[in-house]
Amino acid sequence: MSELKNVSSNPHIRSNNSTQFIMLMVIVALLPATGYGIYHFGIRALFVLCTTVVSAVVTEFLFGLYKKDQTVPDLSAVVTGLLLGLNLPVSIPLWMAALGSIFAILVVKCIFGGLGQNFMNPALGGRVFLILSFPKAMTDFAYDAISGATPLARLKAGESVDILDMVVGNTQGTIGETSAIAILVGACILLLFGIITLRVPGMYILSFALFTALFGGHGFDGAFIAAQLAGGGLLLGAFFMATDYVTRPITVKGQYIYGIFLGILTGIFRFFGPGAEGVSYAIIIGNLLVPLIEKYTKPTPFGYRKKAH
Amino acid sequence: MARLTFTGGIHPYDGKDLSKSSPIEDVLPGKELVFPLSQHIGAPATALVQKGDRVLRGQKIAEAGGFVSAPVYSSVSGTVKALEKRRIATGDMVMSIIVENDEQYEEVEYTPLGTPEDDLKREDIINAVKEAGIVGMGGAGFPTHVKLSPKEPKDIDYIIANCAECEPYLTSDYRRMLEEPEKLIGGMKIILKLFPNAHGILAVEDNKPDCVGLLKKMVSTESRICVKALKTKYPQGSERHLISATTGREINSTMLPADAGCIVNNVDTIVSVYRAVTEGKPLMERIITVTGDCIKDPKNYRCHTGMNYADLLEKAGGFTTEPEKIICGGPMMGFAMFDLDIPVTKTSTALLAFKKDAVSASKPTACINCGKCAAACPGRIIPSHLAMYAERNDFENFVADGGMECCECGCCSFVCPAKRPLTQEIKSMRKLELANRKNKGGK
Repeated sequence: MSELKNVSSNPHIRSNNSTQFIMLMVIVALLPATGYGIYHFGIRALFVLCTTVVSAVVTEFLFGLYKKDQTVPDLSAVVTGLLLGLNLPVSIPLWMAALGSIFAILVVKCIFGGLGQNFMNPALGGRVFLILSFPKAMTDFAYDAISGATPLARLKAGESVDILDMVVGNTQGTIGETSAIAILVGACILLLFGIITLRVPGMYILSFALFTALFGGHGFDGAFIAAQLAGGGLLLGAFFMATDYVTRPITVKGQYIYGIFLGILTGIFRFFGPGAEGVSYAIIIGNLLVPLIEKYTKPTPFGYRKKAH
Repeated sequence: MARLTFTGGIHPYDGKDLSKSSPIEDVLPGKELVFPLSQHIGAPATALVQKGDRVLRGQKIAEAGGFVSAPVYSSVSGTVKALEKRRIATGDMVMSIIVENDEQYEEVEYTPLGTPEDDLKREDIINAVKEAGIVGMGGAGFPTHVKLSPKEPKDIDYIIANCAECEPYLTSDYRRMLEEPEKLIGGMKIILKLFPNAHGILAVEDNKPDCVGLLKKMVSTESRICVKALKTKYPQGSERHLISATTGREINSTMLPADAGCIVNNVDTIVSVYRAVTEGKPLMERIITVTGDCIKDPKNYRCHTGMNYADLLEKAGGFTTEPEKIICGGPMMGFAMFDLDIPVTKTSTALLAFKKDAVSASKPTACINCGKCAAACPGRIIPSHLAMYAERNDFENFVADGGMECCECGCCSFVCPAKRPLTQEIKSMRKLELANRKNKGGK
C-alpha cells in the first residue's frame, strides 16, 4: 500500500438521506396544490409563484456570495419562495410578492444565521410582513372580475358555504390554500416518505376541530367544522408550515403540545378575533414558544425511566 | 407477540451476504507478531519475557497488572525480538512484545479443568478464565473474570450471550454459532455454574434464522438455557439495549448490568471460556471477518492474536482495488486505520476495506433540526442539541441533557441528512468531561 488511508472517528458509513432530498420532497409535495392553484386562478398565479421563488433564490444566492458560503443547492430557498407564493392572493402586485420573498429570506432567515437558525418560519414571516404592510392588497381575493369573499369570511358573516367546493378548491383564497384535496395529496407524500410525522398536524387539526365544536358557536355541526378545517389555509399551514423542522419542537412530547397549542390559538383568532383567519399568526406565535416547549419536554434518557429491577 | 427490541436504532445496509456463507478458514500468521500489553480495559499487563527469550505457543508472556487486567499469551513459538511501542487499531502507541515466529508452532502443555458436566468449583472457573486472559471480545475488552465476579452471585438472574452481531458486515459470530454451537452452549453452562439462580439467554437477531433454529434445537434439553430471537436493528448488540430487549430491565450509564441482575458476554468470549476450562487453552486466537467491496474473496478467518493485518490481507488474497478506507471492526463502531501495519488483538472483529469513504465524501451542512438523530438515538437523548453544546464547550448543559448517556453507537451521525459529525462531537465531549472529573477527583 503506497499511501496513507483516510481516518475518521466512527461511524464510517452514512445514510443516503440529505437536506437537499428532504427539501426536494417538500417541493414535490407542494406541486398538487401549486398545480391546482394555477389551474384555478389562471396564468397569473404562475407569475406570482415564479416571482416569489426566483426572488427568494436570488436573495439567498446574493447573501451566499457575501458570506462566501453558497447554500442555494440545499433548495430551502425554493421551498420558502414557493410556500410564500402559495400564501398570497393571485391579484397581488408582483413587486410586493418579490418584496415578501426578500424579507422572508434576508430578514427572517439569513441575518439570524441562515438555514436552521431562524426562529420563525420564513415564508410565514414574509406573509405577515406583507399583511401588515399592504393589508388591502393582501386581502383582495377578487379574480377574473368575480369579486368575492373567502369561505371563512362568509362563514364569519353568517353566510353558508358549499363544502364540496372547499374540498375541491373551487373557492376564493390564496393561491395554494383553496384545494383541501391537493394539499392532502401532498401531505400523504410527505408522510409516506417519512419527511414529516402526524404529531404536529394531527394534533393541530384535532385540537382545532374540538375547539371549533366547543367555542365556534355552531356546536358539533359537522359541516361547519369541516368548512373551518378546509378553509383559511389551515391544512396548508398544518402540514407544510407547522411541520417546518427548524421552527417546531424537536422533542416528541413537545410536538404534541405544539400542535394542540396551534389548534387552540387558531380557534381563538378565528372565533374571538376580528378576522376570519388566524393560521399564520398562530404558527408564528407557536414558533416563538418552541424553545420554552422544548425546555420542559426533554426526553428521559434510557435507563432513567424504569427501575432496573 | 411483539418482537423483542428497543426504541430508536437504524437499519443500515448490512453487507453480511458478502461473507456469511464462507466457513471459517484457518490462517497462519507471518514472520513477526505483535502483542500489545494493553488489549483490554484496565491496567496494562506486565511483560514476563525479555529480548532474546524463546517462547512457546500458549506461553504466558505478560501477566495481569492488577485485578482489572488480563495476561497476554504468545500465539506462536519463536524468539522475543523486542519490547517496544507499536501502533494499535485505535491509533495509540502501546508497549508491545514483538515475537519472531519460528513457524514451528511448538506448544506448551495445557491442563484442562473439566467439562461442563463436571462439578466445578467457583474459584477454579474464575481462576481459569482469569489465567486464560479472556476479555470481552465483542470490542470493549473488559476482563471477563471481573464481569463474572459480581458482589452477590446469587442476585444474578440472567446470563445473556450477546449473539446479536448487529454491526453491518460482520459475520464472525454468525459462523461461530453455526459451526461450533456446542462450544457456545458449553461455555454458557460453565458460566451458569457460577450463578445458582441464573438462566442463560442466547440473544440472536432474527436475520440469522438458521442460528436461531439450530441453537433452539440444541438447548431444547437444557432447563436453564433459552434462545431469544430479537428484531434485527442496529445497535441491538449494545449491552444496555440487549438487556432491555431480553429482560425488560433498563440500566443507565452509571450502572452495571449486574445492577439489573444481568451479565452479558459476547459469543466469542463465551467460547473462549469454554476452551479455557475444557482444554486449558488461553486466549490466543479469534475469528476475523475480512470483507468490504475492495476484498476479492470476503471470508471469515481464524487468526492468531498478534498477527499483522497486512499479513492477514495478503493471505486473504489482497485488494481488488485500492480502498479509500480500511477499518478494524464494524463500520459503525470500528476504528479507521491509516495503514495495515497493526496487530490483531483480542478485541479485533473484522478488517473492512471500502472503495469509497462515505465520511470524507460528505460535507457537513447546517442542522435543520429535523429530529432524525433524536428518533434514531437508542439512548433517548437529543444528539443535535448535545453536539451544539459540545461545539460551544458547554459542559453544564451537555451533562444536564444526558450527554454522558451516549453509547457512541453512531446512529445519529448515520441518519443525519446534514451529514453532521454528531457522534464524533459528543464522543469528544464525553472524553473531556470524564477527564475533567478525573482531574477534579485527583485533587
